[in-house]
Amino acid sequence: MRKLLNTLFVTTPNSYLALKGETIVVTAGEDHLGQVPLHNLEAICTFGYMGASPKLMHACAERNISLTFLSTSGKFLARVVGESKGNVVLRKTQYRLSDSTNESAKIARNFIFAKVANQKWILERMTRDYPMRIDVPAFKKISATLSEYLQEILMVQDLEILRGLEGQAANHYFRCFDQMILQQKDDFFFKTRNRRPPTDNINALLSLAYTLLAKDVSAALENVGLDAYVGYLHRDRPGRASLALDVMEELRGVIADRFVLKLINKKIITGKDFFAKENGAVLLTDEGREKFINAWRERKQEPLTHPYLKEKINWGLVPHAQAMLLARHLRGDLEEYPPFLWK
Amino acid sequence: MENNEDNYLMLSGIQHFRFCQRQWALIHIEQQWAENVKTIEGQHIHEKADQPFIREKRHNKLIVRAMQVRSHELKTTGICDVVEFIEDEQGIELINEEGKYIPVPVEYKRGKPKAGQEDIVQLVAQAMCLEEMFVCDVPKAYLFYDEIKRRVEVEITNELRDEVRFIFKQMYNYYDRRHTPKVKPGKHCKSCSLENLCLPTLIDSTPVRQYMERFL
Repeated sequence: MRKLLNTLFVTTPNSYLALKGETIVVTAGEDHLGQVPLHNLEAICTFGYMGASPKLMHACAERNISLTFLSTSGKFLARVVGESKGNVVLRKTQYRLSDSTNESAKIARNFIFAKVANQKWILERMTRDYPMRIDVPAFKKISATLSEYLQEILMVQDLEILRGLEGQAANHYFRCFDQMILQQKDDFFFKTRNRRPPTDNINALLSLAYTLLAKDVSAALENVGLDAYVGYLHRDRPGRASLALDVMEELRGVIADRFVLKLINKKIITGKDFFAKENGAVLLTDEGREKFINAWRERKQEPLTHPYLKEKINWGLVPHAQAMLLARHLRGDLEEYPPFLWK
Repeated sequence: MENNEDNYLMLSGIQHFRFCQRQWALIHIEQQWAENVKTIEGQHIHEKADQPFIREKRHNKLIVRAMQVRSHELKTTGICDVVEFIEDEQGIELINEEGKYIPVPVEYKRGKPKAGQEDIVQLVAQAMCLEEMFVCDVPKAYLFYDEIKRRVEVEITNELRDEVRFIFKQMYNYYDRRHTPKVKPGKHCKSCSLENLCLPTLIDSTPVRQYMERFL
């Protein structure tokens, strides 16, 4: 597997990114904020409204460094994408299968199977690690229900039925979510998933984690020559990276949800790191966002053994591994797409 | 389609194909590429040869660099690092040159002479292009290896010519179907820069269905 390089997060508003030799220079007005060699970078991710020189965009596109612009609150705005990798054969196969709802269902099924299997395993892990803190029988019951959904999902031939099963399984899983918050219960409670805007602390954290993950998955897909915008479970909608959302399904729980729970349970993020607007919208403060991003970056460096490839990689490379496996399936090397199944 | 050089396969691809059919397909059909130390070294060595505007005359030799060649028979186009035209009574006449010459391709390679034939078939294909373009015989050619700083002579035999024809036929067979052959993993995977794109280990991995059913 290739090496995982660093991601540069730029959070100072009104900063400007420019290319200088083989390095990126970040300035704000007259202030020189930093300078990093490009060859160490895998991605550059900016928050807030800042500029980047065309020369830098050019250099990033050439070197396969993804350059992403997010709003201050972490909403995706734009990404600099270089020349699509030349693999037209792969992309045509991707489109052809996407046009067939039958074929789409076969691939989508595996995304959702892994999503539910991973959710189930998150619950199982909780019962094993914190039997004194959570309602074990309730968790076991929901885990058993998810097992039943898994059986059904494997048989599904139809996208609508699949979406139905996914929704029901997600309801069961999120019913346990609040119980997995073991610390700082006054500041963090989960009732239901909400966004646009998130109206409680935990939804603000989940939204940011999902955005960062979506950005990584999009970049990984495009890196192996797939079109991040043409999906199987998520159908085409202008401007939506449907395939990235598809592949993300199986990674949401194991990467984003667990990360958010850890931030709270280890008190890395506290109630002080949030700011509530008059309308109830909740934002992370600059400090809070910095803590979030640093922890996210460290998390990416943690090792695991990929369950299908049986190869030691970092968590940060999981989206890349899945993108490659999907591409190899579409090109006919694998009879089915092997999703990421965590245990 | 016929005789349209735009649709011809790249000559250098024969080296990839002889080394590993899947490597060739990943590069030439799927347009995938990755660098490693070896490919960078190779580029560096070719910088020397890749100077199309330098032309040298030494005694009985005319040395030309980065010469574009093609063969309608093989349906391939490519570039010879160096072609030496050696004065020879048995040779052919060249425009703007006195005397008669035999073309001799020289291909620059990193490392040492290899156990496999991949460098040789590439050189033979170049020789066949020159034979077709100059309407002459090219009886020998050279591989220059950077590590030993010496050239190795290769005799262009009819067996080798036939093998090159056969390989191009196979290449076109895959190319027309846009088919990437399955992995045949081996020691050669270790020196392949595409190892991480090819995933040679997939060949002996568990069937996906079985892998998923373990989680039921």
